[in-house]
Amino acid sequence: MRAQGPPVDSVFINLIYLAASVLFILGIRGLTHPRTAVRGNLMGAAGMLLAVVATLLDRQIFGAAPQALAMILAGVALGGAIGATLALRIAMTAMPEMVALLNAFGGGASALVAGAVLVSASEPSAQMTVATVFSGLIGSVTFWGSLVAFDKLRGLLLPDAPVVFPGQQLLNGAIGLVALGLGVMVVAEPGTIAFYGGLVAVASVLGILLTISIGGADMPVAIALLNSYSGLAAASTGFVLDNNILIITGSLVGASGIILTRIMCKAMNRSLINVLVGAIAEGTSSKSDADAVYAGRVKSTSAEEVAMLFDGARRAVIVPGYGLAVSQAQHQVRDLANLLESRGVEVEYAIHPVAGRMPGHMNVLMAEADVDYDKLKEMDAINPSFEQTDVSLVIGANDIVNPDARTDPASPIAGMPILNVDQSRTVVVIKRSLSPGFAGIPNPLFAADNTLMFFGDGKQAVLDLIAAVKDAA
Amino acid sequence: MDAFIPLLTIFMLAVFVGFEIITKVPPLLHTPLMSGSNAISGITIIGALLSVASPNRTTMILGFLALVIATVNVVGGFLVTNRMLGMFRKKD
Repeated sequence: MRAQGPPVDSVFINLIYLAASVLFILGIRGLTHPRTAVRGNLMGAAGMLLAVVATLLDRQIFGAAPQALAMILAGVALGGAIGATLALRIAMTAMPEMVALLNAFGGGASALVAGAVLVSASEPSAQMTVATVFSGLIGSVTFWGSLVAFDKLRGLLLPDAPVVFPGQQLLNGAIGLVALGLGVMVVAEPGTIAFYGGLVAVASVLGILLTISIGGADMPVAIALLNSYSGLAAASTGFVLDNNILIITGSLVGASGIILTRIMCKAMNRSLINVLVGAIAEGTSSKSDADAVYAGRVKSTSAEEVAMLFDGARRAVIVPGYGLAVSQAQHQVRDLANLLESRGVEVEYAIHPVAGRMPGHMNVLMAEADVDYDKLKEMDAINPSFEQTDVSLVIGANDIVNPDARTDPASPIAGMPILNVDQSRTVVVIKRSLSPGFAGIPNPLFAADNTLMFFGDGKQAVLDLIAAVKDAA
Repeated sequence: MDAFIPLLTIFMLAVFVGFEIITKVPPLLHTPLMSGSNAISGITIIGALLSVASPNRTTMILGFLALVIATVNVVGGFLVTNRMLGMFRKKD
């Protein structure tokens, strides 16, 4: 594989790789502010283009048979067409699926490249074979795990709920051991490709099993973690190829995914292990709990009543949840907010870190609806202001506004940081029914004295509100 | 094997750089961060390109498959991130 040209060639190419790495780092740094983010992303893309062009100058490719060059063109054209189509067509609400799919492809590519290099390696070093094992293992787990996540988010084959069965952890452990054994064989007998094939197959099963036990609302964690894996797979392929840029880039992405995973776990007050084994599914709630919480205390409201509330309001906070994404109500919500602002009401949005199905999901939706990003407030920033808020409008959110997290130490979500909407003068909750959220527990907010339930589909309810507010004028 | 220690050094340092920059990305931009960092993790495309040019047939085929999906990752990732970021506007 290392049939590189003379040293000058290689030095030149590696210098370009270094420049591309710098562009990647500057690019990610651009993402620290919305004003510089677009430019940052372009810098990343420029770095990638530079790296690809430098690689094409490599003697192995430059001097390759025309057939190989044709395959390169065909591969890039095909992949580019698919990627562009996906990127331009995907709905903003479906961004978690898109990222899951991209994670899958990144991980899969790393596993494939490691295998491709192993096949033709004449005298593989220990570094190379060990790294190949890591690429194959992490890459395959990422590929299949991400496809499972994609499937769950789309609601195709697998249920949204965690798939758990007795002995699952034991089975996962056993499969992990088999993968480890195959990994040792790859290192010991790199010439026998069947071992690598076996490793990829076993790791694929492992990837599926590890992800089916993660519930739909825990997808932010799963996607962040798989994001990290896809980076680590790339870094490990860098060790296979003795290639700096793969190592640098892969570790950047690995670090990014780990940080996001940690933020998501903290926002749910759960450990990573707890999320991975789908433990919240064993919640202690039952129907009677729900009856005890809600019995006779839930007040249903109408669009007209809410419009009157808004009429006397000075400050309103909108809390978007996954239900808003499902009913694609972001544009209607923006219209309502604009209407309220034109009547002199101050409107802000409260964004919980795990609202939606991936980190930052709600921010993207509201940005799509043309909401000024300064109005999208983080949890810690907006929580102190709920006491001065006249109306909090919760749309399709549940667990992230459940006051039990603060007050009931026995609750499955105890200690999870929540948006303190219950402290506002009036809370209006738009929701289809009183069905529990992901944690499977009743929400005392819905029965609180200052809460009004507005039952209905998110988009329709907001449209009704807009009409009612206009009539009230 | 003699290349291993320098490579490991680069790996560790890059992890630290990653932690330093990425903790500064606000939650507002976490989704574009994921899709954008995803796009750059498609850097495996380099390995795929080299593999396609290999005289070994199996390497070539595996490399081609890798090239296609890595390109989806790169092109799709950067484009969708660009599309998303274009939506984050400040109104005045």
